[in-house]
Amino acid sequence: MKLMLRVAPGIVREPLIASVILETSALINIERASIDAVSGEIVLEVLPEKCREVKDAFERRGVEVVLLKMPVIRDEDECVHCGACVSVCPTGTFRFENWLVVADSGKCIQCGACVTGCPQRALRLVLK
Amino acid sequence: MQEKSLSEINQRIRDGSVRVVTADQMPDLVDELGPAGAVREVDVVTTGTFGAMCSSGVFLNLGHSDPPIKILKAYLNKVEAYGGVAAVDLFLGATQPSIDRGIEYGGAHVIEDLVSGKQVEVEAEGAGTDCYPQLELETNLRLDDFNQATMVNPRNAYQKYNAATNSSDRTMHTYMGTLLPRYGNVHYSGAGVLSPISNDPSFDYIGVGTRIFLGGAQGYVIGSGTQHNPQSGFSTLMVTGDLKQMSSRYLRAATFHKYGPSLYIGIGIPIPILSERMAKNTAIRDRDILTNIVDYGIQRRDRPTVKVVSYEDLKSGSVEITGKSVNTSSLSSYYMAEEVANKLKEAILCGEFLLTQSAEPLQQVGSARPMKQTHEFPNVEDVMSRDVVTVREDIFIDEAAKAIVGGSFDHLPVISGEGRLKGIITTWDISKAVANGKISKVSEIMTRKVHSAQPDEPIELAARKLDTYSISALPVVDKNNRVIGMITSNDLSRLFTGRR
Repeated sequence: MKLMLRVAPGIVREPLIASVILETSALINIERASIDAVSGEIVLEVLPEKCREVKDAFERRGVEVVLLKMPVIRDEDECVHCGACVSVCPTGTFRFENWLVVADSGKCIQCGACVTGCPQRALRLVLK
Repeated sequence: MQEKSLSEINQRIRDGSVRVVTADQMPDLVDELGPAGAVREVDVVTTGTFGAMCSSGVFLNLGHSDPPIKILKAYLNKVEAYGGVAAVDLFLGATQPSIDRGIEYGGAHVIEDLVSGKQVEVEAEGAGTDCYPQLELETNLRLDDFNQATMVNPRNAYQKYNAATNSSDRTMHTYMGTLLPRYGNVHYSGAGVLSPISNDPSFDYIGVGTRIFLGGAQGYVIGSGTQHNPQSGFSTLMVTGDLKQMSSRYLRAATFHKYGPSLYIGIGIPIPILSERMAKNTAIRDRDILTNIVDYGIQRRDRPTVKVVSYEDLKSGSVEITGKSVNTSSLSSYYMAEEVANKLKEAILCGEFLLTQSAEPLQQVGSARPMKQTHEFPNVEDVMSRDVVTVREDIFIDEAAKAIVGGSFDHLPVISGEGRLKGIITTWDISKAVANGKISKVSEIMTRKVHSAQPDEPIELAARKLDTYSISALPVVDKNNRVIGMITSNDLSRLFTGRR
C-alpha cells in the first residue's frame, strides 16, 4: 500500500524514515521523495499488514500521512485510449488490454508524468 | 483485370447482400482464400484511423449583421480565426491557441465545443467601409446559427508516421508527446493494419471525391494532402465534411504539453475489392508497414533515424535501442480506429454509405521538400568569441580567479589535460568558495554537467539552450569535445541590436 507523507518545515531535517523503520521493522520502499530546505513530500510503499503501524509511527512524529488508495483518477469521458500515458509512467501503472488503456492505480507514485503527457487532459492526481 | 465493378458493389449495398470486413480481418482471409477467393467473398474492406491531426480546421460563415461588417479580425472564445476571406467567412485552425488560456484551449477546443452543442462567444473587428460600416461586434453562436460550418483539413490520415524517441539528457515535450531522456521511451502514431492509405497505397480506389467517414459524418477526399509524399510511403489526404453532421465522439480536442492544441479525428475509408491486386493490398499486416524511429533530441529538421521498425514491433510494447529494451506506446488510439472501421462497416451493411467513383486518382508523386530559406540565420561559429580562456581542472581557485580577472568572461570552461571540456566555473562559484573559506581545486567546485554548443549549430538553438537552462554562456566544442570558443547571452543581444 502507498502512503504519502507531508513533512512540515520544523522536522524536515530529522531522520524520520530511518527512525520509523527501526521502530516498526517495516520494509519500506521510498518510491518518490521531494525534499527542500523547508518541507518534504514523500511517497512510500509498505506491506498492508504494516500499514497501520507505520502510519501511526509517522503521525506521532508530526508527519501528515495520507493513504493513497486511488493516486491517479481518469475522466472516462475524456480518455480516448490513445496510450500517451503508457510509456511515460516509471512504474507501469497503465497498460493496453485489447487496446483499451487500463490503469493499475496501486502502482502510481504521483510523479505526474502522465498528467502532463495526456493530450486529452483526462488524468488528475488526487490530493495534488 | 477488373473482376467486379463499383456499381455491382453499390447494388449489393442497396439490396443488403454486400459482404464487408474490417482491414484487420483481411490478411487472414486472403491467406485462407487466396487473392482470387477474397475477391469472390469480400466486397468491401473498411479502414479506420483516430489520431492527432493538427492540420485541420473549419470554414465558418456567420451571416451578415446589421449594420453589416467586413471582418478583419475575429475571435471565437478568444481563439483567433482568420478573417481574410470575404466579409463574414472565417477559417478557424485547430492548432490556434487562445489569447486568454493559451494552449490549454485552442481552435480544436472551439470545434469540439461547437460539435457538442455549446455556445461560443464571437468577437469581431471590422474594416469600416461604405458598404460594411460596422467596426465592432459581439455575439453568441451555436453550431446551428452558422450558415455553413465546413471542415477543410489540409493534411490528414498520414499513411504512416515516424515514431519518436529522445537521446538527449532532458525530457522533451513534443507533438509526439512526452519523450523521456536517454531513449526513455518511444511514441508512435498511426493505425498500422487499419490505416486507410496503407490499404490502398497506389490509389486504386482513393481519389478526388472519394466518400469517407470523417468525424462521425460522411465527408469527402478533396485530393492529396499537403506534404503528400507517396514515393516515401508518407501519403496524406486533404478532406472535407459538414461539421454540423459530425459527432464529438470522433472529434476530440487535445493539448500537447508545451506544444499546443491539436484535434483528434476519426477517419475511415472503405476499399472495394474489385481486383486481386486490391485484395493483396488490403492483406497488409502490421509487420509489413515499416517506419523510422527518429531522434527528437536533435532539434534540427533532419532528425537522425535511430532504427527502422514495423508497426508490429511498435505495437508489441517495446523495441530495442542500443541494446536496451525501450517501452513504446501510441499517441493515436487503435481502440477508436477499430471503432471507426466498425462504424463504417455497419453504415455500409445498413445501406447508408455508398461507394464513389473518384474524379481522378491521387497524385502518384508528391512533394515534401525542405523550406527554401533565403535569409539564413548565422551559426554559432559566426557569433562566438574565439579568444576563450580555459583552465585545467587541477589548478587552485585563486589561479582561476586571476584568469577571470585577466579575461573578458564571467565563465571559465574547465578542461582536462587533453583539452577536453570537463566542466565550467563562474565568478559566483569562486566567490562562494572564497566566502566559505575554502581554498580548493577547480575540480572540486566546478559544475560537471555542462551544456555546450557546436560550431555548426544555428544560433537559434544556442539561444534556446541558454533560455531552457537559465544560463548565460555556453562553451563551444568541436567533435572531439575540445573547447574552441564561447557564446554568451551578450553575443546574442549584440546580434539583435546590430552592435557587432
